[in-house]
Amino acid sequence: MFCKCAARASRALRRPAHPRCGVLKLSALSATVSPSRTSWSRWILKRESSNSAWDSKVPQVPSWEPINENQLPPATRVSPDLVDKLERLALVDFGSKEGVDCLEKAIRFADQLHVINTDGVDPMDSVLEDRDLYLRADTVTEGECAEELLQLAKNTVEEYFVAPPGNIPLPKREERSAMLKHTEF
Amino acid sequence: MAASSSGYSRMLFSLRKYTNKSRSLYHIDTFNFVIRTIWTSGSKNQLKPKVRTKSLPQMVGVVGLEIHAQIQSTSKLFSGSHVRFLAPPNSLVSHFDASLPGTLPVLNRRCVEAAVLTGLALNCTINRKSLFDRKHYFYADMPAGYQITQQRLPIAVDGTLVYSHFEGHRRNQVVTKSVKIKQIQLEQDSGKSLHDIERSQTLIDLNRAGVGLMELVMEPEMCCGEEAAAAVRELQLILQALGTCQGNMAEGQLRVDANVSVHRPGEPLGVRTEVKNINSVRHLAKAIDYEIQRQMEVLQSGGTVLNETRAFDSKSGTIPMRDKEGLQDYRFMPEPNLPPLFVYESEASVPAGVDPTQAVVIDRLSTQLPELPSVRRMRLVETYGILREHSFTLVNEDGLMDYFESVVQMTKAEPRKVIGWVMNELMGNLNIQNLKVSQSPISPCALAELINLVESGHISSSTAKQVFQEMWKAPEKTVGQIVKEQNLWMINDKEELRKICQRVVDSHTEEVQIIRGGNKKVLNKLMGEVQRETKGRTDPVQVRAILQEMIS
Repeated sequence: MFCKCAARASRALRRPAHPRCGVLKLSALSATVSPSRTSWSRWILKRESSNSAWDSKVPQVPSWEPINENQLPPATRVSPDLVDKLERLALVDFGSKEGVDCLEKAIRFADQLHVINTDGVDPMDSVLEDRDLYLRADTVTEGECAEELLQLAKNTVEEYFVAPPGNIPLPKREERSAMLKHTEF
Repeated sequence: MAASSSGYSRMLFSLRKYTNKSRSLYHIDTFNFVIRTIWTSGSKNQLKPKVRTKSLPQMVGVVGLEIHAQIQSTSKLFSGSHVRFLAPPNSLVSHFDASLPGTLPVLNRRCVEAAVLTGLALNCTINRKSLFDRKHYFYADMPAGYQITQQRLPIAVDGTLVYSHFEGHRRNQVVTKSVKIKQIQLEQDSGKSLHDIERSQTLIDLNRAGVGLMELVMEPEMCCGEEAAAAVRELQLILQALGTCQGNMAEGQLRVDANVSVHRPGEPLGVRTEVKNINSVRHLAKAIDYEIQRQMEVLQSGGTVLNETRAFDSKSGTIPMRDKEGLQDYRFMPEPNLPPLFVYESEASVPAGVDPTQAVVIDRLSTQLPELPSVRRMRLVETYGILREHSFTLVNEDGLMDYFESVVQMTKAEPRKVIGWVMNELMGNLNIQNLKVSQSPISPCALAELINLVESGHISSSTAKQVFQEMWKAPEKTVGQIVKEQNLWMINDKEELRKICQRVVDSHTEEVQIIRGGNKKVLNKLMGEVQRETKGRTDPVQVRAILQEMIS
């Protein structure tokens, strides 16, 4: 005998979105014992009451305001030489106009941090700064997995990894644009 | 020409002394920036040479060393793989060392303690808090694309390395110098690459990747290859005494890169070149001297020195290795996977929540510091009354100090005499055959026996040297056996001596006349004759007395 509210309750159970699903599941189960309309509303009330006990850190109303352009430092232009250098250092291909635009917009977005007053505040470089750094005892616990590692490489010679003789330099700007013309990008 | 060149070398020598006194010449961070000392105009005029030589005599070399010392530990710095010199390729590699995604670094306690011990031995300030950074560059032997190092806040800063080297004509004047150590930091080693030029490929072995290194950055205060070699030798001894590094340059446990430039004192530092691939302390001195010479020649002929990396080749000096592509930008970034490293000063300063087995305490480590080489040398000089130069040799050679001390214990002779034996006979023979002290065919007991015989007057000192050589060739024979076989006992019988001396005097009537005439030096010739006849088995003092008696 599959009644309507039981069906609705089971549909609710199947919804995986909410992290508090587990709690809801239990309350839904206990609620479906008596299959009547009142139990459904009772279930909704229970959910709302548990909601107020748990405060969301996400603000309910947007709290940010757009920052005026004149508060920000002058916009950074990325020169082609800098693009070349960055591409060589990071091996990321963004030499096209869209790539440079994207980078400049990203820098502009980050410029908004200049508005904040950080006097007397130490920069944080890791969220782990309060944790203790775990020091391992000086014993041998790993190693001896040469075959496993060599299987991952395309090219191996007698248990050595094979690499080209030196760093292959990136093609020059003119050659690169010629190359890119023929690719999908 | 000879006179002017000696004047030039004297000038250079005094110039060198001047530059060493000016301590505030330092590089700011890496490349070309410099602050120099205020140079008084009076002294500059004083040093201007009046001789006309082809080379401008005012240029001096400036040498700064960057030393990477491989930490002697069982496992690597951030992973649990074994650290061993020779092993099948890629067998000592863990998933973290191969930079497989998802692996994280876990710091090795022994490496931290080794760095703190080294910092304490070199009078450094140990930073209570130190941070790890990533240094990015692409090379096949570093699979991660970055090296975890400590650039912003290293574990130890501001130390001094005190070293001595010999000067003077007979290399017996000991000059003590010191060089400032800018910082000591912990960092990862990269793998090893074997270049196969024929097949145009490089073979990568990651056994060495991830091994802990201590990088010691020194200020550019040295001026020549000899000083650098002495400093590195002293550092090797210190690290070996501490047990933090075996210091074997040939095996790559101690890697030294020299930054060499030349300039005239008072002017900004010149363009520097980095010299790599140096495999021994002797090569270091050679490489630096060659590079200083080369740079001077380049500048004198009007050229400019390029800021490049050069490799040392024992046959051809330094050769250019690779171009530093402009300024290498390493994009240093804080290592996000490692929280700050805290080192505590004393047991009391360890905060409550910290596990005591986890805490690295400086006081506890400083009690574990062993006797450093400089202290040992002083002790030798004070206890045995030997010369300072000798104490250097004793501490420098592996095992020689123990040898010397055991001989001294077994013999009643004065340590000064023992040191003579050890330095001249023992070390002389060892050096000719290129042997180490542990391989010496003559044991401390045998040498002590020999010295005792000399002391008790049973054999003369010249005979003893002969016996020593025999013992060297036939170590299984005892001293007594050799002396008996070759009948080398000292002739102490007065009658016997008189007879021999009479014989010599009779056969050299001419010389006797000369001596009676007043030239006493010819007596030595007669003494030589006596020694020759008796095969050195006589006491020179007695012979001299008898001869003088007979003649006058």
